Amino acid sequence: MLLQVNDVTRTFGGVKALDGVCLSIAKGEVHGLIGPNGAGKTTLINVLSGVMPATSGEVVLDGSPVQTLPAYKLAARGLARTFQNIRLFPAMTCLENVIAGQYLVAPRPFFPRFFCLPMAWRQEKEHRSQAMDCLARVGLASRADFPAGALSYGERRRLEIARALASRPRLLLLDEPVAGMRQKGVQQVGGLIRSLAAEGMTILLIEHNMSFVMELCATITVLNFGRTLTTGNPDAVSRHPEVIEAYLGASEDHA
Amino acid sequence: MEALSQFFAVYGSLFNFIGINALLALSLYLTLAAGQLSLGSAAFAGIGGYTAGILTMKLMVPFPLAVAAGSVLAGAVGLVIGLPVLRLRGVFLAIATLSFGEVVRIVVLNLDITGGAQGLVGIPAITTTSGIYLSLAVAAYAIARLRYSRIGWCFESIREDETAAAALGINTTYYKTLSFVLGAVLAGFAGALYAHLNYIITPREFGFSVAVDLLIYNIVGGIRVWYGPVLGAALLTALPEILRGTGVAAGPVRMAINGLILLLVILFLPNGLASIFMRIGKGRAKAAAHAIPEEV
Amino acid sequence: MDLLAQQLINGLFIGSVYGLFAVGYTLVFGVLDILNLAHAAVFTLGGLLAVWLVEAAGLSLWLAFPVSVFCCGLLGLLLDRVAFAPLRQRADSNFSGLISSIAMAIIFESAALGLFGARTVRFPAHTISVHIWRWGGISITSLQVEIVAVAILLMVALTQFLNRARVGKAIRAVAENDRTARLLGIHVDGIIAFTFFISSALGGAAGILFGLYFDSLSPDMGRSIELKGLAVIILGGMGSIPGAILGGLAFGLSEVLTVALTGTSNLRDAVAFTVLFTVLILRPAGLLGRKKMREA
Repeated sequence: MLLQVNDVTRTFGGVKALDGVCLSIAKGEVHGLIGPNGAGKTTLINVLSGVMPATSGEVVLDGSPVQTLPAYKLAARGLARTFQNIRLFPAMTCLENVIAGQYLVAPRPFFPRFFCLPMAWRQEKEHRSQAMDCLARVGLASRADFPAGALSYGERRRLEIARALASRPRLLLLDEPVAGMRQKGVQQVGGLIRSLAAEGMTILLIEHNMSFVMELCATITVLNFGRTLTTGNPDAVSRHPEVIEAYLGASEDHA
Repeated sequence: MEALSQFFAVYGSLFNFIGINALLALSLYLTLAAGQLSLGSAAFAGIGGYTAGILTMKLMVPFPLAVAAGSVLAGAVGLVIGLPVLRLRGVFLAIATLSFGEVVRIVVLNLDITGGAQGLVGIPAITTTSGIYLSLAVAAYAIARLRYSRIGWCFESIREDETAAAALGINTTYYKTLSFVLGAVLAGFAGALYAHLNYIITPREFGFSVAVDLLIYNIVGGIRVWYGPVLGAALLTALPEILRGTGVAAGPVRMAINGLILLLVILFLPNGLASIFMRIGKGRAKAAAHAIPEEV
Repeated sequence: MDLLAQQLINGLFIGSVYGLFAVGYTLVFGVLDILNLAHAAVFTLGGLLAVWLVEAAGLSLWLAFPVSVFCCGLLGLLLDRVAFAPLRQRADSNFSGLISSIAMAIIFESAALGLFGARTVRFPAHTISVHIWRWGGISITSLQVEIVAVAILLMVALTQFLNRARVGKAIRAVAENDRTARLLGIHVDGIIAFTFFISSALGGAAGILFGLYFDSLSPDMGRSIELKGLAVIILGGMGSIPGAILGGLAFGLSEVLTVALTGTSNLRDAVAFTVLFTVLILRPAGLLGRKKMREA
């Protein structure tokens, strides 16, 4: 198991946003995490990525407990993420966003640059071509010199994935990567996830959009009211009575 | 040749001030580059200036060593102050650094060794124009190179979005403190040079209004690129002389022009005067970056 | 003992002026989350304008006071229109607003210099008749009582206005969340402009009282109260009106107590700023502040 979440609880002033959540993700798996609005999906991803600590419980990444680590140390352990509300660096160009994402893999030392050593330029060239590869990977190569703030919504989602990929993570957390997107954008991101999976990337996909997850994931965990409702393959999950009830209940709220 | 030496006789001290102010502006730029709004640079310059001045004057320490000591002490104080205050954001950080600066000023005002309100008098005038500009060239070059090193990318990322930066593996506390300490060291260095320019330094020269001036240099010049603060410091330091040359009376009018320039820049050129050059340098796509408002 | 009691009373008098100044300061911060550094310049202009109205235009103080206060309110509207409204939609409006308020502070201060000159002025001797009451070693002047009465009256009126009046409630709604307020049909831009009017009017009133109390006004008198005002609103919690009033009184008391206990006025400000620095680090929201302000 690459990631194991054991009995994680997170409370906000007495309210349990997560209540004993368990989850495990195998290496190379695309794992779906679904649930109605307010089920605790984003809280879980924030706990997993170190944005906020768990109140209790254990998170094990590749055999070692990580629940107390801050975000930057988790990133150094190979965990990359995107944000539900997209957190790009808007004043930077697309390429620069990806370059910033290379922090963990590109040392870019100061002194060789200061003394204009040729090795600095050689390395920089290599890093930049890797950054371009990441952009090409998400179909944004032609946008390299565009400011990130000028991209369309769907392009921004994909740029955020490219920036996450730049650190060559072992585990990628995608927080609602197709939220608010039209059909075409959804397909593009779906294709991207499929091709990443084909290369053996482990992905935890958080989504509200059920059919999108059903299509992409071999295993799905359903959260409701901060609890793990069930885990299983798409077929089993979609026929699970409590899941149907949770979603029907939720969709009534929407109507 | 004679014309040149005459020119320097008249404007030499102006050039010195431009150089010192550019160095001080760059010291604040280092901290602003990581998105941290500090009003403490003037105090760090004061720490560097008084330390170096006391060392050369009273303990006969060689000038380079005294300057180094001033810079190091400013950096050390920067580290001690930076660790707690950098947890604050935006305006609160500005006020915390500002109150730190006031405490430093009042302490200097009340110590015997610093000469109190009369100032530290009789510092040997060792700093030369060439020394100032050599330092400025090295500092500006280093900062320009820093921008595309790992540290520079970290600063930029933190300024743009701290949470996202942390998710990329950046230890934001470390880099914020680094930007604060580097800024303090450079401010201390510039203060040490300044102390050895005119025989005397007083607490007033490192007070709140100087801290605000340094911020203004950065804003007017632009905080997106290393030459912004240099440009801002040069322009605004020379402005009184330029206005005198064109016959504008002293006092209120010059002050109003200063304020007006700052207002116009913040309203219409958010990235400062340097953004004009950046647009020419980086082509159309980059220019669009600043024209397109950010969606929420 | 009498001396200490006298000092405490003096502290309360000057503290009430600080409180009045800080209330306007903090009101704008509460509504906009922007620090308006031009507030002190409005304070100065208010005081100087009142002197001019009494001295040159021959008005009685009881007429000059409201006229000057109203003019300061208009300056507040100007501030909002020129320096804040154009930046409101910008992502970094906290930062750019701070800068443009500095620009306006410079412009206002230059206007004060240009209109009223650089000299120190005072209200003519006959402006207000002064009685002195004595109890043992303690003396209180009728002027002091009037200053405190006016300051308290204005602060109470403001509190009642915010709690009771329709517009006052709208101001609080905008302070809480401007988007929600907009959805509720509140004319947010108008409310913000009105807030600036009130804030600046109070600042001007504080300037007049300050000038009466110290019997001396100059174009740079805003400088020191600017920093003190910051300290007061941080202590009281930014955006909190009762906090600003209590903070002002506490600050006035701490000043006179420091002088009384150390026997010198040199350390007066040091204690205040050390306290400010400590409060920021230990309790950034201030003593009575709201939690949401902490991250601003």
